[in-house]
This record gives sequence, C-alpha cells and structure tokens, in this order.
Amino acid sequence: MSVVPARDGPITTILRRIGAVVVFLASILAQCVPALARPRLIVHQIYNAGARSLIIIMLCGLFVGMVLGLQGFDLLQRFGSEDALGVAAALGLLKELGPVVTALLFAGRAGTALTSEIGLMRTTDQLTAMQMMAVDPMQRVVAPRFIGGVFAMPLLAAIFSLVGLFGAQLVGVQMMGVDAGAFWSQMQGAVRLDDVQEGFIKSLVFGTACSLVAVYEGYHTEPTAAGVGLATTRTVVTSSVLTLLLDYILTAAFL
Amino acid sequence: MTENVRPATASAATDAVVEVRGVHYAVGRREIFAGLDLAVRRGRVTAIMGPSGTGKTTLLRLITGQIAPASGEVRVWGERVAHLGRRELFALRRRTGMLFQNGALLTDLDVFENVAFPVREHTNLPEPLIRELVLTKLHAVGLRGAARLMPSELSGGMARRVALARAVVMDPELLIYDEPFVGLDPISMGVIVRLIRQMNRVLGITSIVVSHDVHELAAIADDSYLLSQGRCVASGSPEDLRRSDSEVVRQFLDGVADGPVPFHYPAPDYRDELLGGTGRMRIGGRA
Repeated sequence: MSVVPARDGPITTILRRIGAVVVFLASILAQCVPALARPRLIVHQIYNAGARSLIIIMLCGLFVGMVLGLQGFDLLQRFGSEDALGVAAALGLLKELGPVVTALLFAGRAGTALTSEIGLMRTTDQLTAMQMMAVDPMQRVVAPRFIGGVFAMPLLAAIFSLVGLFGAQLVGVQMMGVDAGAFWSQMQGAVRLDDVQEGFIKSLVFGTACSLVAVYEGYHTEPTAAGVGLATTRTVVTSSVLTLLLDYILTAAFL
Repeated sequence: MTENVRPATASAATDAVVEVRGVHYAVGRREIFAGLDLAVRRGRVTAIMGPSGTGKTTLLRLITGQIAPASGEVRVWGERVAHLGRRELFALRRRTGMLFQNGALLTDLDVFENVAFPVREHTNLPEPLIRELVLTKLHAVGLRGAARLMPSELSGGMARRVALARAVVMDPELLIYDEPFVGLDPISMGVIVRLIRQMNRVLGITSIVVSHDVHELAAIADDSYLLSQGRCVASGSPEDLRRSDSEVVRQFLDGVADGPVPFHYPAPDYRDELLGGTGRMRIGGRA
C-alpha cells in the first residue's frame, strides 16, 4: 500500500468542495436561531445587502422593462396582439427576469461586498480576534450576513419587477400607443398567484445560493491581498453560474 | 543544542498557568517544534523570544487552542487545551486576553465600540456601566479622548493601545501579547512597555510576551525563554540570559548575523549555481 497520498482528481476536488459548502451551510443554519435573536444585526445586514443595492436594482429593472416593452411590442404586433404586452411583460418579469437578473446583480454588488468584507476580516485577524474573545464569528459575522442576503433578495426581486413593469408600460403605452386599459386589465386577468409564488420561491433560492457562496468564499479567503481578490472573483462567477443552473432546474420543476 | 541557563520549567510546574510538555508540531514537512517544554508562572511576565520563523506565534496559537499539537500536551490552568470542546475552550478564552500583532480591531466599529465589544457579547450590563468600564480602560491606555475615532484614523501605536484596552476590558487572568513592539516608534514602544508592566503589577495578570525585541523584553520580563530550531534552547531571567555564554544565546542577544542560526537559507553551492546559471544563459543565447 502506498503511503504517498494520491492527488485528487477534478471530480474528487468538486465533490470535496461541495461537501465543504454543505458542512458550512449546516454550521450557518445551526447559528441562525441565536443570530435571529439579535434582530438589530439582521436588520443592519438587510440594509447593507438590500437598501444599498436599491439604486442599481431599480435602474436595471427600468431598462430591462423598457427593453421588454420594445421587443414585446415588436413581436406581438406581428400577430396583431399588442394588447397582450402587459401579460408578456408581467409574466416575463415576475417568473424569470426579476429573480434571475436581481440575483446576478446581487452577486455583483452585495455578494462581492460580503466576500471582500469577511475576507478582509480574515486577512486582518479580526475573525481570530473574535474567537479569542470567545465570540463565534459564525454566529456574529457569517449568520447575520447570510440571513440578511436571504431576506433581501425577494424584496429586491419584487422591486425589480415592479420598476420593470413601469418601464414596459412607459414604452408600450406611452411611446408605442398600446391601450392602457388593455395593458393593465389583461395583465390582471392572466397573472395568477402561482406565477408570483414561482418568482418568490426562485428569488428565495437564489438569495440562499448567492449569500451562501459569498459568505463561504469570504470566510475561506486566503489571508492575502491576492486571496481576497480571487475570492471576490469566485463569488461572482460561482453565484452567476449557480443562479442560471438553479433557474433551469426550478423552471423545469414548476412547469 | 539545548542549554537551560536556569531550569525554570520543572521548578515552576506547581504555580504554572501554562505548561507545554514535549510538544511536536509541523506544517507540512517543516517541523516547527520538536519536543518543546516550557512553563509560564502565575503573576509573572514571561518573555518568549527567538529569531523570526522559530514558531513563537505558533506557540501562542497552541496555547490558545487555535491549533493542536501533533504530540505532547499544552495545559492552561491544568486543562489540556487540545482536548477541550468548543464551550470549554470559549470558557477558557474568556479568562484570557490577547493582543494581536496588528491590533486586529474591528474596522466597522469605533474605538469605544471595539473596547465594549466583548462586554456587550458576554454580559447584559446596563449601558451606563458599560460606558464607565470602557472609558476607564481607555483612560488607562491614554486614549479616552479617542473614543469616537474609527480604527482607520488611529496610528499603529494608538491601535495597539486600543487593542490592549479591549484585551483587558473583561479583566482576564492571562494576557498574551503577540509581537507588541513591531513597527512602533520609540515613544509608542515605551508606552506599550510601561503598560504591559503596569497591567501585570496593578491587575496581577499573568503575561506572556512574544517578541524578538531583546532590550524591551529585558525591561519587563520576569522569566524568559529563547526558542530556536523547534526547542527551548535557554531559559531564565533576562539577566541570566545576558550572562550566558551559549553560542545561540550570544548570537541572538548580540544580533550576530551568522552562527548556530545560519544567515543563509539552505541553498546549493553559490559558485556552482552562478556558473551553472551563466552557462545556461549562454546556451540559451546561442540557441
């Protein structure tokens, strides 16, 4: 029997990494109850992850809605059904674009901020200092940020969809001349609670995934300047890919 | 090579707060400790000295339970640190204060909140009492007036003093200083030296100071250990160490570049490497 350990192959490495993330998630969940007992920490993190992302979310929601209005109008006009623009925009935003684009923007704005913040705390010994003060960083730092991200994502996705609808209405009704009554009444008649629920569940799942990736990468940052940079990059890449993968799985599950 | 100037370890065992016995520890293939023995006595300032890379900070991490030895044992107040569960370890750490090399202040909190942090985390004291406690500690380190400054607004020496106030705010019985003098100007260094001595005398704290600043340590230490090549090569009072004629002690105290601790990191023969390198360059050039 060889005493030299064999180097891990790519599949073993991926499995090992997934295992580490699952164990990390379990230890966060174990700390969530004590963390929730300190609502001020959670509210502060919802503000950091949510309120500070509002401008970019609203701006992007407006432009996505406006593009949806233009493209939708162009397509529906070919079939003489431009009155259905409201339905198309609402379903597209609520079920798909709202949760997905919000998650991608969240990964780029709040996710990177979380990773670099926790990573710098690791680099400057702040996490070790907490442990030396008998304070568990998982409970004091990681769990509140994770919960804050999970709570913030559905709120941001709802705001994105709302502003997106305003953008679609602006282009469709105000610029292209779609009837305002038809736009809103068709939307009201066709959009069901299930559609809203689908978007909500998606944004909740994406929020969990993106927040988990962000805090995991931050907590496991190599304590160097380059390490923080790499961890931040990995957060964006992993969160984005994971969001699109989960979106496909969830869409297939809801159909 | 092991020479104890004074065999402090065995005699101190009865009133030892920290006991390190036969500790082996390695990082990868590099052996950091090969049978390290030392003891830190109650109510005294113990200096751990040694050249860079001898594992001084690693020793602190072993004492505080951040890492576990491969073999041997580290006992703090008689408890085997490596065998403690999370709750017991945290209970032990609540009796311990640690000053980090860079201060390790929480950058999103101001000076006052940094010092108040352990108090808020571990007690339910009313706000006026927390305020009084924090201001008392900040006054002791001369920074009461800086209570509302952020860590980014502090100099290195001020940050170290705030960290010291935070380390003592819970009235620890054991205070650990990791390289407290690094990067300080002479005034700040003098202030820190005086504070370490004062904390020890006034509060009766047992102190461990890890450093390679020989002269500063000589002024405050009751006991000293000199680490080299994974072992404790000398121990005793700073005066004992000064009188020692051990080669390794002399090299360290006198700051001699080469000696038992070599100046050069292990490398192939200089001449061979230079000539070999030139030869390869020529061949490369012709090609």
